[in-house]
Amino acid sequence: MPLAVELVSPERTLFSGDATMVRARTVGGGDIAFLAGHAPFVGALAIATVEITLAEGGSEKAAVHGGFIEVSHDRVKILSDLAELSSTIDVERARKAQEKAQAAVQNGDDADAIAALARSTARLVAVEQFH
Amino acid sequence: MAGGQERILRRRIKSVESTKKITRAMELIAATRVVKAQDRAASARPYSDEITSVIVDLLRAGAAKEHPLLRDNPTANVAAFVVITSDRGMCGGYNTNVLRMAERAIDAARAQGQGYSVIAVGKKAIKHFRFRGLQIDAEFEGMTDQPIYDNARDIAAAVRRRYESGELASVDLSYTRFLSSGVQQAVLRRFLPLETPAIDEAAGPSADLEYEPSPTGILNEILPRYLESRLFSALLDASASEHASRQRAMKAATENAEDLKTSLSRIMNRARQDSITTEIMEIVGGAEAMSADKGSAHELIPSHLEPQHAFPVHLDRTDHAPSIH
Repeated sequence: MPLAVELVSPERTLFSGDATMVRARTVGGGDIAFLAGHAPFVGALAIATVEITLAEGGSEKAAVHGGFIEVSHDRVKILSDLAELSSTIDVERARKAQEKAQAAVQNGDDADAIAALARSTARLVAVEQFH
Repeated sequence: MAGGQERILRRRIKSVESTKKITRAMELIAATRVVKAQDRAASARPYSDEITSVIVDLLRAGAAKEHPLLRDNPTANVAAFVVITSDRGMCGGYNTNVLRMAERAIDAARAQGQGYSVIAVGKKAIKHFRFRGLQIDAEFEGMTDQPIYDNARDIAAAVRRRYESGELASVDLSYTRFLSSGVQQAVLRRFLPLETPAIDEAAGPSADLEYEPSPTGILNEILPRYLESRLFSALLDASASEHASRQRAMKAATENAEDLKTSLSRIMNRARQDSITTEIMEIVGGAEAMSADKGSAHELIPSHLEPQHAFPVHLDRTDHAPSIH
């Protein structure tokens, strides 16, 4: 039995469909993957990539900048106030943002720069262009 | 004399006609915006529903209810009001209703010896409170037509800091609720402290949930998002209401223009008729005076005067053959 996955942003539902596996990263908890039959779970998401392995093959990736994941009865709900599907990410822009953030972090590690670095990295991981 | 009046009337009819064209266009634009705003409100609903259900689960699991957004601020004596109006007018009583409700609440707070703080959203609210000489602590404009989530985030940030620091005793939200495209209602809602959804204590914690990090940790993360999401749905409601009000107001204006045009054309036709009658009377009178002088019947009307000379403009001719009277 597949997982019913919904990726919801405040303005609209970004993705809704069946999946065999969902991988996400929680705050301070590292990566966690959900398969069908997972125990009910609520977690706060870190700025990272969510990977949804689709039931009909292939996968959907999204960069989420914080948010929440709730799993219960084989339904996965991902709430994020800033989420981007890999197909909508501007790679050029993300790469530039990453370079800029990296430089800022090296100059002095303020929280803003670290968050910006995490965001741009999450975007690039989502489109698999990160080296 | 009469001809002058007719010209003035004709000019007025023309201006009413062009006003009508404008209001009709505004009505049609507003109608499509209402539908769009409703769609946006519908697609925003899953998120806010979901966030509410997660909070309920967290509280059931025994998350600490000590978050600054949940507790009262007993020492604070300032009531804050977030007032959401439109940037533009031409929408009937939409802004007036919200502003009146907000002002009554502000007056009530002042009567109780409380301070007030106004957060004005929309040009109309900013102008109104400035005119009334009330102090505005934060103002936002250019967002109520088609609000995006970032707008809600900005407003929430303006309120949240001050509430968390214990400066504000309460925050109320004054906006227009969209009940249907025919009915919108100005409401005043308690915004902070957040009212936690009613929990059936007897039910106990719902199915053992796993939490990461902890229920309290997640709650602290989720409450600010909840605040933004509630503000966002208020903005979307207000924007749908604004467009619905504008559609109605412009529909009424179009109908009024139509009525005005009818009555003006009636007056104009009468004036035209009057001026024709007067001219006939003058000619007949003149001819009679001449015949009285000369006493000959066939000189009643001069032979060179034909109808088109007497009524060059007003004669509605159907046949264009020259008359041989």
